[in-house]
Amino acid sequence: MGSTSSTLLKIPNVEVLMQETGFSPAHIIRLHDRFKALDKEGRGHLCPQDFGAIKELAMNPIGDRIIGAFFSPGKETVDFHTFVKILAHFRPVDKDRPKEPNSPEPINSRSNKLKFAFQLYDQDKDGKISRDELLKVLRSMLGMQVTEEQLESIADRTIQEADLDRDEAISFEEFRKSLEKVNIDHKMSIRFLR
Amino acid sequence: MASSICLCLLRAVFLVCFVNPLIQGLSGDVNLVQDPRHRLEKNLTGLSIVTFDWHHVQTPYLVITWVFVAGLAKLSVIELNHHVISVVPESGLLIILGFILGGIVWGADKAQTFKLLPPTFFYYLLPQIILDASYFMPNKLFFSNLGSILIYAIFGTCWNAATVGLSLWGCYEAGVMGNLDIGLLQFLLFGSLIAAVDPVAVIAVFEEVHVNEVLFILVFGESLLNDGVTVVLYNVFDAFVALGGPRIDAEEIFKGIFSFVVVAFGGSFLGVVFAVLLSLLTRCTKHIQIIEAGFVFVVGYLAYLTADMLSLSAILSVTFCGICCQKYVNANMDEKSVTTVRHAMKVLANGSETMIFVFLGITAIDTEIWVWNTGFILLTLLFVFIYRIIGVFLLTWMLNKFRLVPIEVIDQVVMSYGGLRGAVAYGLAAMLDKDKIPEKNLIISTTLIVVYFTVILQGITMKPLVQWLKVKRAAHSDLKLIEKLNNRAFDHILAAVEDICGRIGDNWWTRGWNRFEENYISWLLMKPKARKNRDYLFSIFHKLNLEDAVNYVSEGERQGSLAFIRSDEVANVDFKKQFGSEFTDVMPDIMVNMSNYELGIENFSVTSIVKDTIPSVSLDIHGKDRKNAADDINAHHLLQQHLYRSRKNHRHKFSRSHFSINQSEDEVQEIFQRTMRSRLESFKSAKMGVNPAKKITKHHKKDLTHKMANGHPDGTDHLYGDEVDSAVGSETGAIRGTFMRDTYTVRAGIENPVFLPAMDSPTHSSLPWLMETDAVAPSQRAQWRLPWTPNRLRRLAPMRVSTCSTDSFLMADLEEHEEKPQTDHEEEIRPVFD
Repeated sequence: MGSTSSTLLKIPNVEVLMQETGFSPAHIIRLHDRFKALDKEGRGHLCPQDFGAIKELAMNPIGDRIIGAFFSPGKETVDFHTFVKILAHFRPVDKDRPKEPNSPEPINSRSNKLKFAFQLYDQDKDGKISRDELLKVLRSMLGMQVTEEQLESIADRTIQEADLDRDEAISFEEFRKSLEKVNIDHKMSIRFLR
Repeated sequence: MASSICLCLLRAVFLVCFVNPLIQGLSGDVNLVQDPRHRLEKNLTGLSIVTFDWHHVQTPYLVITWVFVAGLAKLSVIELNHHVISVVPESGLLIILGFILGGIVWGADKAQTFKLLPPTFFYYLLPQIILDASYFMPNKLFFSNLGSILIYAIFGTCWNAATVGLSLWGCYEAGVMGNLDIGLLQFLLFGSLIAAVDPVAVIAVFEEVHVNEVLFILVFGESLLNDGVTVVLYNVFDAFVALGGPRIDAEEIFKGIFSFVVVAFGGSFLGVVFAVLLSLLTRCTKHIQIIEAGFVFVVGYLAYLTADMLSLSAILSVTFCGICCQKYVNANMDEKSVTTVRHAMKVLANGSETMIFVFLGITAIDTEIWVWNTGFILLTLLFVFIYRIIGVFLLTWMLNKFRLVPIEVIDQVVMSYGGLRGAVAYGLAAMLDKDKIPEKNLIISTTLIVVYFTVILQGITMKPLVQWLKVKRAAHSDLKLIEKLNNRAFDHILAAVEDICGRIGDNWWTRGWNRFEENYISWLLMKPKARKNRDYLFSIFHKLNLEDAVNYVSEGERQGSLAFIRSDEVANVDFKKQFGSEFTDVMPDIMVNMSNYELGIENFSVTSIVKDTIPSVSLDIHGKDRKNAADDINAHHLLQQHLYRSRKNHRHKFSRSHFSINQSEDEVQEIFQRTMRSRLESFKSAKMGVNPAKKITKHHKKDLTHKMANGHPDGTDHLYGDEVDSAVGSETGAIRGTFMRDTYTVRAGIENPVFLPAMDSPTHSSLPWLMETDAVAPSQRAQWRLPWTPNRLRRLAPMRVSTCSTDSFLMADLEEHEEKPQTDHEEEIRPVFD
């Protein structure tokens, strides 16, 4: 217990972080260890290269997008707080926890999870998934198995399904609506972050 | 409503009439069975023209009659359910109907002549139900919940068996049940056979309730997998009972536990082995496509029997066989076979299920088995019910500590209420040895009562309960590409986040397995062709498009013909133009009765075309590139018409191994060569001036200008007078399907350049008999005669390089060079039968 608290003490503002993310001290410590392991040079922050060093991640077809999601626009580094907050998206929703009335929406809420997924598509941050953006994701995920024409028709059809206002792009609202039936809590949560 | 009741009454009367004489006949004939010589002697007196030989057919006749009766029962139950009541689940109604049937039999016979025997149940009724359940198992859902399912199946069942057995024993010791010849071990044996949730009953009830998929898979998976546990527990306690109490020591108990591991995992492993075998087998069945569907059933059944032979868990074996093979089998087999398997599987499973429930009902009507012991029976019901609830809540409480999405309390209630017992328990009870267990009949009757209670009462109340508790139902949603796409993205995201967190989690395993599966298992078990282009997202896309196409067709059909899709400027000419009559000498082959086409066009229906498989030479250009099809349609038609003039007049041939007809290579060759010959004859006559070639050209050009203008039918029929012969007329009926398949607007005929040998128009690019020369060698005589029309040949020569023909001969040959597998596939369809 002593070591636990001493590790926690080393992290600045740990209370606020736990409050915001809902992580337990044990999670914070575990993530902190991981953070330090990734931060090989001990700078106290991570660069895209640090993420790139994760072998499995490099093989992930949309790995670079996910890495990109950790860095807010214009920034080249991510500190521990942001790191934890991003990962908090994937904390399963706990129903038992009493809801404080006027507390802000938790990071792991359904719409925040969706937002995370949405911004992976929306690389130019204009609030819309255009056909090109969708096509790029499709290309990286489907890879060699499908021809370019097929990819394009898949993209067209996907946009058509979600596009309610006929602007040939998917806005976040449309994105959310189209995935209404999907159990996002289930699909965008990781068990060990509970 | 009244009518439906009448219908049911009628059916009941029919059943009475049907069953009674049969049973009486059965009992009346018993004497005869004893003395077959009696029959022989009678036959010797002279040749009898008709004999009534019941004994020859007795067994199969009875079997099939019962199957028939069960089928009728199902029919009437469905009718009842539709019109009268929709509260009682089918399974419950079937059991009740079984009571009635059993009553009729008993009333006729004053004894029970039929009951569900364990071997019948375990060897002929159960396997296909389990195979069906596993073959259609939603694998992803199943495996992502496998942990919970296993916990429920193993610990839940053990818990039920132990607690029910022990509590009953406690109550017995306390003297609630009076005097019974039964000990602790017998109680535990009874507990073990009554512990397991029954897959058949669960499927039957839960299928109607439509609870959410996680809840369904938990109950359903548990009911499938707990068989291993039940069978082991049953066998162990059966052996213990045989050994007798004092001789059981720690070693025996340890052996019992060990045998559980062997039986359960051995059975599962055997199932996987058979699944691999089956997948490998379907990899190489492309030449016996018509029976490949049968392999699924045969191998599945083999898996069951083999496991039973090795005293492993047969249900687990066939379960894992079905679960593991489905992906590869579906990918390897032809689409038609896949459909066949799906349907046949459903027929078998549904039929067996019906029979099981009806027979369970019939079995009850037997004075022999009923032994009433109020204490024992009521306490059993109580304990079975209560311990199920306690077990579920206890295990869920533990599981929820680990589950990503905890199981809600409401779901737990439904789960515990869904603990239906069924025919497996009865089968096990009926297999008990009367010598070792003196109270066998009490056990059987208690088991039956538990089964009836759970299936009927709990089944009836299940739906209201689910509604009342507002259990999350299965969201009936349409398949959406965007959902699937995002699911894929979510998988990647989760895997990536796990990597970033540096921990090995579920997604890591999933991904690792998928990669392994893709690289090695698919490589081993799937056809190379099936491996290609099988991206899941794309197949979803394909499926959606197919659906849309079907919707489009049905929508379009309501509003009229869809033929406009096929209209092309080039093909928009009426067949009924007079040029035909002038050509009679040029083209004797084409002189078919055009009025038939006319008729066909009017009755044009898209579905009839889709379904029509009769065409004797199916020059199917579907699925080929339609862009350049327009020009070639003309050639296509000419070819078709000529090809139909084969010597074989009846083309509705029976073939045991193929559906499509008349495509044998030889015949096609022969037809082609004869067509060539007749073409050349035409050329010859044209050259000799018999035929007014110039006129034709003129006509053709005129026709082009007034395409539809004079496209009206000018005579009703027999436009071509003497040329119409009845044989041709009859052929056209067969042709109509393909003929219509390809092109045109209503009333549109064909401006077929091929019909016009001396024409100069450069628009017709395909002259089939020339293009074919390298592909299909013409007869020697034809080759020799070819240079008779050198100038025409020269003019036509450039056409040979044209590759835009969709003539399927050419296509087939092109494909042969480009893509071997597909051609192989086409070859398969061609019947060998001649």
